[in-house]
Amino acid sequence: MQVNERKPLIVAFCCNWCSYAGADLAGNNRLNYPADVKIIRVPCSCRVNPMFVLRAFQRGADGVIICGCHPGDCHYTSGNYYTRRRMAALFSMLNYLGIEKERTRVEWVSAAEGAKFAATMNDFAQKVAALGENKRLEDLRCKR
Amino acid sequence: MNNNKYLREELIRQSGVNPKKCMKCGKCSATCPAYDEMEYHPHQFVSMVESGDIEPLLKSESLYKCLSCFACVDRCPRGVEPAKLVEAVRLSAVRKQGQNRMSANDVASILDEDIPQQLLVSAFRKYSK
Amino acid sequence: MQRIGVFVCWCGSNIAGSVDVEAVSQALKNEPGVVFSTNYQYMCSQAGQDMIVNAVKEHKLTGIVVCSCSPRMHEATFRKTAAAAGLNPYMVEIANIREQCSWVHKDIATGTQKAIILGKAAIAKVNLNAPLTPGESPVTKRALVIGGGIAGIQTALDIADAGFPVDIVEKNPTIGGKMAQLDKTFPTLDCAACILTPKMVDVAQNENIRIFSYSEVSEIKGFVGNFDVTIKKNARYVKEDVCTGCGACVEKCPMKKVPNEFNLGMDNRSAIYIPFAQAVPKVATIDPNACNMLKNGKCGLCAKVCAAGAIDYTQKDEYINEKYGAIVVATGFNPISMDKFDEFAYNQSKDVITSLEFERLTNAAGPTAGHLERPSDGKSPKTIVFVQCVGSRCDACNEKGKEYCSKICCMYTAKHAMLVRDKYPDTDVYVFYIDVRTPGKNFDEFYRRAVEEYGVKYIKGMVGKVTPEGDKLKVQASDLIDNKQLHIDADLVVLAAAIEPDKSARPLATMLTASMDTNDFFTEAHPKLRPVESPTAGVFLSGACQGPKDIPETVSQAGAAASKVIGLLAKDKLTGNPCVAHSNELMCNGCSSCERVCPYGAITYEDREFRMPDRTTKIRRIAIVNPAVCQGCGACTVACPSGAMDLNGFASNQIMAEVDAICK
Repeated sequence: MQVNERKPLIVAFCCNWCSYAGADLAGNNRLNYPADVKIIRVPCSCRVNPMFVLRAFQRGADGVIICGCHPGDCHYTSGNYYTRRRMAALFSMLNYLGIEKERTRVEWVSAAEGAKFAATMNDFAQKVAALGENKRLEDLRCKR
Repeated sequence: MNNNKYLREELIRQSGVNPKKCMKCGKCSATCPAYDEMEYHPHQFVSMVESGDIEPLLKSESLYKCLSCFACVDRCPRGVEPAKLVEAVRLSAVRKQGQNRMSANDVASILDEDIPQQLLVSAFRKYSK
Repeated sequence: MQRIGVFVCWCGSNIAGSVDVEAVSQALKNEPGVVFSTNYQYMCSQAGQDMIVNAVKEHKLTGIVVCSCSPRMHEATFRKTAAAAGLNPYMVEIANIREQCSWVHKDIATGTQKAIILGKAAIAKVNLNAPLTPGESPVTKRALVIGGGIAGIQTALDIADAGFPVDIVEKNPTIGGKMAQLDKTFPTLDCAACILTPKMVDVAQNENIRIFSYSEVSEIKGFVGNFDVTIKKNARYVKEDVCTGCGACVEKCPMKKVPNEFNLGMDNRSAIYIPFAQAVPKVATIDPNACNMLKNGKCGLCAKVCAAGAIDYTQKDEYINEKYGAIVVATGFNPISMDKFDEFAYNQSKDVITSLEFERLTNAAGPTAGHLERPSDGKSPKTIVFVQCVGSRCDACNEKGKEYCSKICCMYTAKHAMLVRDKYPDTDVYVFYIDVRTPGKNFDEFYRRAVEEYGVKYIKGMVGKVTPEGDKLKVQASDLIDNKQLHIDADLVVLAAAIEPDKSARPLATMLTASMDTNDFFTEAHPKLRPVESPTAGVFLSGACQGPKDIPETVSQAGAAASKVIGLLAKDKLTGNPCVAHSNELMCNGCSSCERVCPYGAITYEDREFRMPDRTTKIRRIAIVNPAVCQGCGACTVACPSGAMDLNGFASNQIMAEVDAICK
């Protein structure tokens, strides 16, 4: 039916204390979101090294989303502020390199926001899918 | 019964009402201003459509006694919207009859002048196809 | 090279229902490092754990991947299993194929495929895992109880009895909470004050308990065993340690028209007040929004009449810092607002009241001294209509009400109806119900007594409309059994309003990083097996902040929470989290980037001598991480320009490996 129903590949980094728990809550409440989203657990969103994001794009990811606690709610007091600044810089550089802004996102999801987690992932996956495949940073040498 | 099953699904589809959400509290019937006029009451519409017992509803005068005031829709704690279901059953009955139950002229002749215009509009909506 | 065992859990049908577990274990068999792969119904059961232990021994495994529920659920379980098998507990990784897979993806093919990828990511990570040993941290032997209702009181008493000091923080001027407002308690009809106030006195007299009344928690830092809490003691303009609670000021205060919160606004209090006679602490409080002296600088009567000289108009909010080993949340509940339920005319007539207001009306210490009088004209009502489930059991999309059953309303309505019929037998009492829910010891017998012995008219149906007309309330309702619509001229309508968590709970959850459900009830670490613990270590739940509860349930949960706290405080040391940062001294150039981002000050520097390849020695400045202080956030790992800083358990190469596995 659909001409090009390519499934996008999305990497989500979720902080252990808020967003990962939010994802668990989405699961507990059976809230659907696309299976294209694969979650990697990190202790805090500030553990996400820009290297990881670049690596994901290099390996052919179509979108990368980083989820952390709401500003002020970080389990480690200030980690999400670092994330916000680091990722703002990184994303603007990626944009310069031709990775559309819609492919990258930082989102705050608390442990109580299962519904927000699912809604965020649905929305992000939809936007990334609309952009199609991401070729810009993909390193063909990494393809198997 | 098969026919009823089809009719039940058709009514649910047309009205957009999910009778399974009903918790049988009876608040729709408690709030209904036309209750005493009706043979079958709003909560019975919901439960009878759900059980496929639709024939008696189609034959009943109750269909035309509902004022479409939507008080039941507003008050239902479960968001079941019984008035929409009544309307769907009514439409189904009217369509089977192949004609409007009342023409515009009839409506005008039985209304007295104190009745608000809104009711007139609602009567048009209700008694014609 | 690791020798990895993969264990795929069915979780009954929770996972197996939408993930082909056999296919997952087969697909993961050939991943690098995997030497064994299997699946089982319940990996977390004893049999499942034994299976892991045996496999470790038989196949000489060095790493374990369990594809099961969230690591937040059973990571600790499987780490213990690994330890029992003689492995380092940190050689275990969990692939979350339940919450992130089977529960959110209904399609088996999709779910299975995703489960395989998640499993591969976990395997890639375990391949790079290294054994870790946790450090230890001391436990502050003091507990904090937030909320001074019956839940908080019971928890504090139980902890104090075990010999540990406890502080209670209560936002109202007195402890006692909702129970202090009640008249009688079901199903025994004990007087609430008679059983509660002795407990309040016990709290006041217990040497191990300090009460911070009229106070709030304003900041929480730290972690289990070592919470650092700031308590804001609001200015009550009365010196607590000097006031004798004689009440002379309350009598003399000229501002007597302040709505009395304790009686839910059904009568008035003065600007300086003591909420009720048995208040603990029995100390007056000045309401700054009503006091003329504080607002305009005119009056000062209370200071003049106070023989003890306790009044202090210049008192300021005070901030107190204290360390705690454990925190118990007991923030309780409130009835929901009836403003949106226009059909019941709550805002149109004074004679439409909530059940809690009714409780005050029948209470001997209430605004009518226990005589049942209509709030509007003081006449005694001859016909009373009780409406159940007002705002409970609503549709999820309904903005007025709550989706859950409030649990206590059926019983307290039966109690109210019974008490009315007992005291005023000539009163007609109707109870409109959807279902009567009476699961509890002697509960159904109690309800049946209300019907059979006291002649309360229980009607299956709901009230649709209440219209005030003259001095009557026209009640229009349905009787579903008799199939008719009823029209009752009532004198008093009592609404069994749904209950909701206190508004202070959400900001508190944020401070505690404790999770809440969509209704703002605190979630428990496990709904069945750890019902009094929050998923956040060191935070415990007591009473209605976790879900609707009656008094006996609240008291038993309070006791359970206390025993968990005692268990924690009895330990001298807690084993810490070994997932902390560490610096590679050969790569570190001592630039101080990591020190600047560390929120805990865990990083220091020292000069160290290095032997260079040309056999000379060189002194270089390098970073040292204090593992007891480091919490393992990883901020420093990203800040480090040379890549010297890494995090145990979440090493850069491990996360990279996960990314690679996912992006294959």
